[in-house]
Amino acid sequence: MKEVTLKINDISVTVPEGTRILDAARQAGFNVPTLCYYKDLCNEGSCRICVVEVKGARSLVASCSAVVAEGMEVYTKTPKVINARKTTLELILSNHNRSCLSCVRSGNCELQKLSQEYGCDDVAYTGDKTAVVPELPNAYLVRDNSKCILCRRCVAMCEKVQSVGVIGANFRGFNTTIGCAFERPLGAVDCVACGQCINVCPVGALTEKDDTDIVVEALNNPEKTVIVGTAPSVRVALGEEFGNAIGTDTEGKMVTALRRIGFDKVFDVNMTADLTIMEEGTEFLSRLQDKNAALPMITSCSPGWIRFIEFNYPELLPHLSSCKSPQQMFGAVIKTYYAEKMHLDPKNIVVVSVMPCTAKKTEIFREDQNASGYPDIDVVLTTRELARLIKRYGIDYNSLANGEFDDPLGKSSTAGYLFGATGGVMEAALRTVYEKVVGEPAPSLDFKAVRGTKGIKSATVDLKGTKVKVGVAHSLSNARQILEDIKAGKCDYQFIEIMTCPGGCVNGGGQPIVSSEKINAGVDVKALRAGAIYKADKKSALRTSHENPVVKTLYAEYFGEPNSHKAHKILHTTYHKRDKM
Amino acid sequence: MKTLEELQAIRERMKAKVNNRGVADASDFRIVVGMATCGIAAGARNTLAALTAEVEEKHLDNVIVSQTGCIGICRFEPVVEVFEPGKEKVTYVHVDAERARQIVASHIMNGNPINEYTYSYAVKEN
Amino acid sequence: MLERAHILVCGGTGCTSGNSKKIYDEFTKLLKENNLDKEVKLIMTGCFGLCARGPIVVVYPDGAFYQHVKVEDVQEIVLEHILKGRIVERLLSKEREADGSVKPFNETPFYKSQHRLVLRNCGVINPENIDEYLAYDGYLAYQKVVTEMTPQEVIDVIKASGLRGRGGGGFPTGMKWQFAHNSVADQKYVVCNADEGDPGAFMDRSLLEGDPHSVIEAMMIAGYAIGATKGYIYVRAEYPIAVNRLQIAIQQALDYGILGSNAMGLGHEFNIELRLGAGAFVCGEETALLNSAEGKRGEPRQRPPFPAVKGLFGKPTLINNVETYGNITAIILNGAEWFTQLGTEKSKGTKVFALGGKITNTGLVEIPMGMTLRTIIEEIGGGIPNGKKFKAAQTGGPSGGCIPASLIDTPIDYDNLIAIGSMMGSGGLIVMDEDTCMVDIAKFFLEFTVDESCGKCTPCRIGNKRLYEMLDKITQGKGTMEDLDKMEKLCYYIKENSLCGLGQTAPNPVLSTLRYFRDEYVAHVRDKKCPAGVCKALVSYEIIADKCVGCGLCKRGCPVNAITGEIRQPHVIDPDKCIKCGACIAACRKNAIKK
Repeated sequence: MKEVTLKINDISVTVPEGTRILDAARQAGFNVPTLCYYKDLCNEGSCRICVVEVKGARSLVASCSAVVAEGMEVYTKTPKVINARKTTLELILSNHNRSCLSCVRSGNCELQKLSQEYGCDDVAYTGDKTAVVPELPNAYLVRDNSKCILCRRCVAMCEKVQSVGVIGANFRGFNTTIGCAFERPLGAVDCVACGQCINVCPVGALTEKDDTDIVVEALNNPEKTVIVGTAPSVRVALGEEFGNAIGTDTEGKMVTALRRIGFDKVFDVNMTADLTIMEEGTEFLSRLQDKNAALPMITSCSPGWIRFIEFNYPELLPHLSSCKSPQQMFGAVIKTYYAEKMHLDPKNIVVVSVMPCTAKKTEIFREDQNASGYPDIDVVLTTRELARLIKRYGIDYNSLANGEFDDPLGKSSTAGYLFGATGGVMEAALRTVYEKVVGEPAPSLDFKAVRGTKGIKSATVDLKGTKVKVGVAHSLSNARQILEDIKAGKCDYQFIEIMTCPGGCVNGGGQPIVSSEKINAGVDVKALRAGAIYKADKKSALRTSHENPVVKTLYAEYFGEPNSHKAHKILHTTYHKRDKM
Repeated sequence: MKTLEELQAIRERMKAKVNNRGVADASDFRIVVGMATCGIAAGARNTLAALTAEVEEKHLDNVIVSQTGCIGICRFEPVVEVFEPGKEKVTYVHVDAERARQIVASHIMNGNPINEYTYSYAVKEN
Repeated sequence: MLERAHILVCGGTGCTSGNSKKIYDEFTKLLKENNLDKEVKLIMTGCFGLCARGPIVVVYPDGAFYQHVKVEDVQEIVLEHILKGRIVERLLSKEREADGSVKPFNETPFYKSQHRLVLRNCGVINPENIDEYLAYDGYLAYQKVVTEMTPQEVIDVIKASGLRGRGGGGFPTGMKWQFAHNSVADQKYVVCNADEGDPGAFMDRSLLEGDPHSVIEAMMIAGYAIGATKGYIYVRAEYPIAVNRLQIAIQQALDYGILGSNAMGLGHEFNIELRLGAGAFVCGEETALLNSAEGKRGEPRQRPPFPAVKGLFGKPTLINNVETYGNITAIILNGAEWFTQLGTEKSKGTKVFALGGKITNTGLVEIPMGMTLRTIIEEIGGGIPNGKKFKAAQTGGPSGGCIPASLIDTPIDYDNLIAIGSMMGSGGLIVMDEDTCMVDIAKFFLEFTVDESCGKCTPCRIGNKRLYEMLDKITQGKGTMEDLDKMEKLCYYIKENSLCGLGQTAPNPVLSTLRYFRDEYVAHVRDKKCPAGVCKALVSYEIIADKCVGCGLCKRGCPVNAITGEIRQPHVIDPDKCIKCGACIAACRKNAIKK
């Protein structure tokens, strides 16, 4: 590739042709602030905070979109540049709901950070504020447009990455607000509740619906047995909220913290991930033998994805596995098997799940998710809400001793742990399916073709004569591509894993928010968090779901065998078409 | 679908048709037909029609055919005046379609006014 | 047969709203009744430009220029002029030769100083008849480029002509063509920007209404030059006549095989589609236009990439304004050198302006670049009505600047206008007289851009709003001297930091009035006075007792009963009740009320 040499603040740098000025500046050791720019996602040039001076240019240049040229002389910190950025910030502040004291993003707000760095006067400009209509409540997300700075990252995420496209700019000029068509609430459109918009929001305009108070109330209710279960990817991200590096596995501290919060039992959803593999793997094998069954079969763990297919491709619903998600299986097992075993009335059990996900908050309200006659899951907390609860309870997370999940449901294989990363469900399934079909373990348990952050991955596995082609997609734009192929009869996969969020659950809409400064500097959050999972798997002695002793016990004592009538009643569900808008 | 030749033919034909739009140049011939009640009663419309047809047929780009009101010599109608730049105007009388064609051929195209049809000739003769 | 007379009825939007369609119908009826329909041709044309005196009817070959024609006048024109050859003098212009005879209309001051190059066919041909366009050398330029020139040669001619974009920016057109030509792609597009949004500007509309084929032909030439087979005309839905004529023109060109897969049988494909805009001002900005044409929200895109590299549907796109295209065929047929003889060193050719505001001849004028503002206003425009004094002219639409009377002798071209803090824009020219408050006018224009901002970038969305609020504060008499400095700084910030041309130019009215009329701002701020008596909050109405005869007219005219007084006694206005509507001044016959 051709290279270009230019000067940033008189420092010479050589970068590939086509490099953005702000990336070249970073290479020279100068950070240029951004508010709307988000690597590989949003390049709208709307905030104008990244302006720099380029010698010979007519006006200031947005360094997020302007590319380098040979001999260019760029200045990132002249008085003109600094004053312009400061004015931009002060103008934004003049139309911003500055309730920073209590805003959940305080301390992790990109606008706050820059305003502080630039010494802004938050009342330098005063005047009208944009009229905003409060978003009607829904189960998973809170929009507060009075804090919105119209960076459009959420719009780009929803449209480009997720191909959902339910939000966009409404009205124009000073009246512009982000919202759904015809000002409908999110709950009344085909939003899939993935929460990816929250993760890219630089300020507190988009946040998860906080359910910590419901949990606190249950914990303080002596009549209730409050049981918590944690999703695989929570433990590789939660530590970030307490200053740990991205990709730190703090499972032991997490367990201890949950116990200190006061949960009666601390279990692991990884265990029901193992259970999912048993059910889903068996379902897949029986479909493979049934000429009339819908193939490819597609996984059903990711509730955003379920909403997506129900809204957009109802004709393909027969392809979905009928398995409930690991979260719902978890609640169902607690309130049936565990309740029976412990002689508890499921009415008095409150099951709290900690999820990397906002869509999980909607999943618990689906029809047919109450195996015991009571909701399988009562409350869903995101990773961020759990961190908030830990902080509120004054628990010094980093100094906690490592704890272990409770018996009898606390044991899980690292196959279940893999669910947290894209390709993980598929890898776990292949490990078990191979052994079930071939009769011996796969030569290598590492199915590396399905790992990594490539949008669509595939692998062909030779089950001693039967070749199975599997596909893996994460983010809904990639899912859409596969669905279109299926519709066109061009899809030759037999088994497909689909995860709603880019990178899978490690990068779910409920995970700790990583600032765009880090993202733009090239930090690969998805790979780092997934790396922690694969590291644990590598060290593990229990790497296949079917070897999980808890799973074995469950079948022996309760379900009989995978896909049994009882298993179907408790662990499976149905889907239906949903109308858009 | 028209060929280039057909398009060119349309251009030529239409050029003649739109020729009388635009204000006369100083270098143009102007043929003015008296079109008051008296003129029309005496057949000035046929005269005018013949003149315009003739001008079109002969591709006379520098000729404007126009009309005016009563010139005041009603008994000589239809009256036609020819204005040639730098020359005295020539007034023709009793101009029917045939005379009109002759005037165009002789006076306009060849520069020979037809004395026998002029007003002065008619007055002198009577 | 050759018709002996042609009656041209103006079918431009101005005259149409003045009932010219009914006038046309009346002519049709009366010509038929008098057996004249075979020998007289009736044509609905495009705009003649002198909209202030519309509806306009021109009768050839006499060149009689009838003004303010009413439906009732048609009978007189037919019976007198057409039938008997007697021109209806009362409907003619009042401008006379020294000998008292009526001036030929092209000798009247309004037309005499104009140079109608782009508008050459407007008011001359029937825009709904392709044959008439052909008669005026229509589609010869396209034939010439395809048969005699390479695409690069075409671009070289456009470059050599020095033609600059007429949409506002003044970017060299040839360069734009070159960039689009240089881009390599399987598909390229030619786009015509007909989203004319400047309030009061209507040159693009007039050209599309009066000579749609010239724009189509220019787009075909551009297509040949850059290697595009498809063109889009993005035109405002509020221009129904232009849309209709374009549709007719495109259909006729298709029927003749001029457009299509083998345009004019010369082996090149070119097709044109219309895209109707919903009337957002910002969609005149080329990248916002492209978004809108694609069916997206009309917001500008970040540049680079430029449209010539990545434009409509992500393909290299040439986008020019209607008036720019209007120059192309003439340049091709007459040569670059002919074109460069018109205009100034860096601004060649002509420019069409829409004259509006406090000027006698409001309408559309085309002048050679370099003509002074004085000539335009005093000669062509016929000066300021009611004996008022010229105060300022605003060029460039709402984002242009105000040019003070002291600069009235500035020759108008792109660079001079920029130098004095305004811009060419699309060609709106609004004349203001001494009764105009410059603070109020800056606020007025800014209100427009605040309203029309798309809301995408911070400086335009919030910056202009705050600027407007400061101006409003000043017109309320609540401003401070610090506000003036703060405003000026904010203006420069917005210009430097906005994403697109709308934001970058929005503060121009404020900056130019601050520059040339600072004393008026100071009067508002320090003296709490509006010198022109416009800003209501700073005006008070008072009856001069010496002049008042106590007739009671003002009292009866006051809508809020703020005036009291006995008959034949001086009256008094209660300032608390007065809403400053001015009704009393209008009613008073003794000039006894001052503000």
